[in-house]
Amino acid sequence: MERRTIFPGWKLPAALVLPQLALTVVFFLWPAGQAIWSSLTQADPFGIRTQFVGLDNFTDLFADPLYLDSIARSVFFSAAVAALSMGVALALAVAADREISFRGAYRVLLVWPYAIAPAMAAVLWILLLHPQIGLVGRWLNGIGVAWDYKLNGAQAMLVVILASAWKQISYNFIFFLAGLQSIPRGVIEAARMDGAKGFFRFRTVVLPLLMPTVFFLLVVNLVYASFDTFGTIQALTGGGPGKATETLVVKVYRDGVVNLDVGSSSAQSVVLMLGVIALTALQFRFLGRRSDSG
Amino acid sequence: MKRRTMLAGVAASAAASAVAPAARAQADKTKIVFWHAMTGANGEEINRIARDFNAAQAAVELEPVFKGSYPETLTAAIAAWRAGQAPHVVQVFEVGTGSMLAAGPAVKQVWQLIQETGAKIDPNAYLPAVRGYYSLADGRLASAPLNSSTPVMWYNKNAFETAGLDPEKPPQTWQEFVIAARVLKEKWASKGQDQVASTSAWLTWVQLETYSAIHNVPYATKADGFGGLDAELKLNGPAQVKHLQRLLDMAKEGTFKYAGRDGAPDPLFYTGQAAIGFGSSSGRADIVRNAKFKWAAAVLPYDPEVAQGPSELDTLIDSVDVDTLSLRETFAFLKKLKTADRRPGPVNSIIGGASLWTMTAPNRTPAEYKAVAGFLEFIGRPDQVALYHQHTGYVPVTQAGYELSKQQGYYEKTPGADVAIKSLTRGTVTENSKGLRLGRLPEIRNIIYEEVEKALQGQQGAQQALDSAVTRGNVVLRAFEKSVKS
Repeated sequence: MERRTIFPGWKLPAALVLPQLALTVVFFLWPAGQAIWSSLTQADPFGIRTQFVGLDNFTDLFADPLYLDSIARSVFFSAAVAALSMGVALALAVAADREISFRGAYRVLLVWPYAIAPAMAAVLWILLLHPQIGLVGRWLNGIGVAWDYKLNGAQAMLVVILASAWKQISYNFIFFLAGLQSIPRGVIEAARMDGAKGFFRFRTVVLPLLMPTVFFLLVVNLVYASFDTFGTIQALTGGGPGKATETLVVKVYRDGVVNLDVGSSSAQSVVLMLGVIALTALQFRFLGRRSDSG
Repeated sequence: MKRRTMLAGVAASAAASAVAPAARAQADKTKIVFWHAMTGANGEEINRIARDFNAAQAAVELEPVFKGSYPETLTAAIAAWRAGQAPHVVQVFEVGTGSMLAAGPAVKQVWQLIQETGAKIDPNAYLPAVRGYYSLADGRLASAPLNSSTPVMWYNKNAFETAGLDPEKPPQTWQEFVIAARVLKEKWASKGQDQVASTSAWLTWVQLETYSAIHNVPYATKADGFGGLDAELKLNGPAQVKHLQRLLDMAKEGTFKYAGRDGAPDPLFYTGQAAIGFGSSSGRADIVRNAKFKWAAAVLPYDPEVAQGPSELDTLIDSVDVDTLSLRETFAFLKKLKTADRRPGPVNSIIGGASLWTMTAPNRTPAEYKAVAGFLEFIGRPDQVALYHQHTGYVPVTQAGYELSKQQGYYEKTPGADVAIKSLTRGTVTENSKGLRLGRLPEIRNIIYEEVEKALQGQQGAQQALDSAVTRGNVVLRAFEKSVKS
């Protein structure tokens, strides 16, 4: 059945679309345009002397080994956060999908961390892992593990990955649970009748049917790890020690807000923007194709 | 319906007539806004200053606004200026001075303000080490000093006693310090959980910037940047490398603990975990509030093997007025000369803290600048300087404020409160102890932290750490030079 409404004339549709367009222009196109413009200039902090430098900021960036390190670090960090948070969320969702008592209560509790502000999440983790005041941190030092994430780069990376992944588990959990519940019981029953058991049934029957959710979450998690983890990292380690936890988005803040180098910071934002556009395009293509064939 | 509207109208006009006189009185006053970065007790002190200023005169109404940390306040002020909404006065930390000096039309420097408004601000009233930091190379005052501190060495007297060290004789040289730290580790720190002989807050400011100044060795070329924007970092000289290596070695043997950047290590001292804590003299209020042990402050140790300042001998010779000496005095003097230390000695330490900058805006009137000038005059008054000094632990920024505190008997009541001033006025101010005039210094400090942290992890030695800090820091300095010159 065709469910398309045909408007007479163009005024009403234009009026209906306008608010959305205005929002997009004011909150996305305008600032993005400004970022692109200032990525092509070099200015003092006050913007008194601004000069057009073409692509100098970008060539400087990619000639800087520290920036390339930062890219590699961000890729590793995002992959680790996505893998950890999705893996744990999937395990929890499978467990919560069973027929167990207090199922509802478990589900609600598992969703709670999502409602915690990034900075507060970081404080919770500090209270756990701080080498001098943290419960776990003190315990680790007590049993002879030299735990000090303020000085040890690998430990610092571990801490920010744990904290960032923990915050995202709830979100992934909701989607995995919904995904699991939308798998027809009949299919599972049929597999069981055919003798497929436990993990084998999960791998060959459940997981393939869950793939659209997995892919969707993968993109969302990568975007989350690349952009939304700034608050957590800033509060936990500030990008240190050394540059051990300085991801791209932390570097944008450091260079733009702390170091007041607007040109370079804008260039980095533009690079990040291109990254998101690429990820989103990939997602649309993939999901679009699936719904065409499905 | 009609009656209700009428009633409402009457009520509104009654309210209007009631507020009108107050509003008129408000409108007559020139309103100025002051953005600051002070929290806790220091933030309350800013409000106290604003109250006193508003009460002291009727023409100006000053509104203090807290804008976050120092970097956040600076960033907010810059963004506000770009939007034509800059505050009248903003507090900028000392390392932001280079950036503010390059801000051209965005600020009105104090000497300009004096010229335009006839404000009675005498640059020579300020302590030389304070004035130097906030003046142009030719001596004109650029910003108004408010809160200046200097690094001091806080030490736990109880810990000294337990370890069998003399609590009245803190180590004066770094050589003595290393030995004292070992004794503290063995006889005090090892007895408690999580205890450590020493730590240092503000590692870059205390152990490199101030260390260089005290030993009269350059931190950067061009007189630490005062001589021009093309200055290059020199902090990888033998003196600094020797000192960083000393700290690295101490960290390795467990007599020194690096506990994070900036002020993060401060609590280690006042909670009693560290026997010696290097930090800002402005930490006094926190220590008074938290420390449950006997403590004292001392001037920073120095290393006689690398110091380049005048020796005891030089100081002695400079101090004598040949024309007035009697024969007896001459002999006494010669005797002193015989025993005086000939090795180069330390000079003054440099300041930290912040100063107040006057900002411009498109619609700002001469009356508003005059009001700002009045405020800057007010905070420079001896009574205000003394009050602020005694309330906070910052040093009195003017000589008169220091004298007044002495007269009031403040230093007898609170022994050791003048350690910071003694440290700032030791020797004569040299090219290397005037302060730093480098653009984007906060960024350079972060670079140094990163390199030092890598060295503490054992990835590199002191020489390599400071070499790469210099290389990376110089890139920042060149970028700054390019951005303000074009």
